[in-house]
Amino acid sequence: MAISTSIWIWISALLTLAIYSFLYKDNPFYKFAEYLLVGISIGYGISVYWHNTIITKVYNPLVHDKDFLVIIPLLLGLLMFSRFFKNYSHLSRIPIAFIVGAGTGLSIPSSFEFLFKQVQGTMPTAFTIGNLIIIIGVITTLIYFFFSMEHKGFIGKVSRVGITFIMIAFGAAFGYTIMARISLFIGRIQFLLSDWLGIIK
Amino acid sequence: MKIFEKLSHIDRRFIYILIAIVVIVPLLLKPKLPIVPTKPVKDIYDYVENLPQGSNILISIDYDAASMPEQQPFLEALLRQCFRNKLKPIMIVQWQLGAPLGTTGLEKIAKECNAQYGVDYINLGYRPGYVAQMVGIGREIRDYFAVDYKNVSIDSFPIMRNIHNYNDFALLVGLEAGATYLLWVEYAGGRFKQKIALALNAVSAPDAYYFYQSKQIIGLVGGMKGAAEYEVLENKPDLAVAGMASQSYSHILIILFIVLGNITYFVEKSRKKKEGGR
Repeated sequence: MAISTSIWIWISALLTLAIYSFLYKDNPFYKFAEYLLVGISIGYGISVYWHNTIITKVYNPLVHDKDFLVIIPLLLGLLMFSRFFKNYSHLSRIPIAFIVGAGTGLSIPSSFEFLFKQVQGTMPTAFTIGNLIIIIGVITTLIYFFFSMEHKGFIGKVSRVGITFIMIAFGAAFGYTIMARISLFIGRIQFLLSDWLGIIK
Repeated sequence: MKIFEKLSHIDRRFIYILIAIVVIVPLLLKPKLPIVPTKPVKDIYDYVENLPQGSNILISIDYDAASMPEQQPFLEALLRQCFRNKLKPIMIVQWQLGAPLGTTGLEKIAKECNAQYGVDYINLGYRPGYVAQMVGIGREIRDYFAVDYKNVSIDSFPIMRNIHNYNDFALLVGLEAGATYLLWVEYAGGRFKQKIALALNAVSAPDAYYFYQSKQIIGLVGGMKGAAEYEVLENKPDLAVAGMASQSYSHILIILFIVLGNITYFVEKSRKKKEGGR
């Protein structure tokens, strides 16, 4: 493999290096790459939104299918922009009311199912060490968050077990976070060494 | 003891250089480290492997470029497995900036496997709405995806002829960088009993294992490590497997930093205590 001759790979590689230059110290190259990312992400997002949403959900039904019912959600959506005008900003409450009402209605039955499955998950069907740890972990952690009694004596000891479980969870989350960040760095180095410099295959 | 004093004031850029070295050197030398697939990953692989030919798999792209090294290898391995087993991936996108990543992966693997667009696979593109869309697919997918990502009517594609709602999908696979997976589990899983498999960024993975334990999802692929396990199962080692040695060595280095940092902290604390006592 040889060094890339694609201008896009070069632009991508140089922008990667510009972002990583921040690790040395803040500099104009980093700032340029950062602002470019923000601008392009928003621009690209709007173009995807236009083609996949405005065209498919508004333009096509209205113009091709003559489905004029689309005007109702379109108007409701447009009312959201009334927030930019002080005298008419109250109109934005109408679509918000729809969102809150429909969202709550949709969420309540599903949330119960969601929660009950979790509760069911703490009711083991077999006696194993893993299941025992789950039961102890759930009960002691819940007791740690029970603030109607002072955490002294027996309750204090149990809640200390609960905080130990919480700390272990934090440790696992931190370990996974490190793994995620290193993975992203590996991905960029693979790109630089492979696609750009052609050192590795 | 001066060494501990120096260590407590070490320039963080030395740490960055060391991390860069332990990431770059294994990528160049390519040492072989064993990668053993874990049960949550193997469960997804086995489930997909045992699906009857022609089954439809709904793949949701819910990540963007910031998660590409973690999600893209799994997407490609999963697509290879789908095409090898004559399963039909139907791709949708919930994160608009993920649309080109999903399309790139799908087109690459489809070409590699000689799959035909509209017959063996389809890309329906991005639609907004999250919950509304997830619930809507439960009734009729055409309410949200009347056209594909190129604005062509989905009824013109043979693959979509008998697909209407979740009943027609053998599995929903969510490739997730944020919290969209919670909505999939709650609505597609809870309300419509859709079988769900998740591939999460490593940052989010610990928050989703309890869904695996409660059987709300059939399996979980966590970060690049999970993707590497999937590549091993698919017997096609690629970018994720190539990155695992760097991942392991950098973890060892970080553990050393943590141990050294703590020793330095306690030594310095004891020294200051002694000096204060004099």
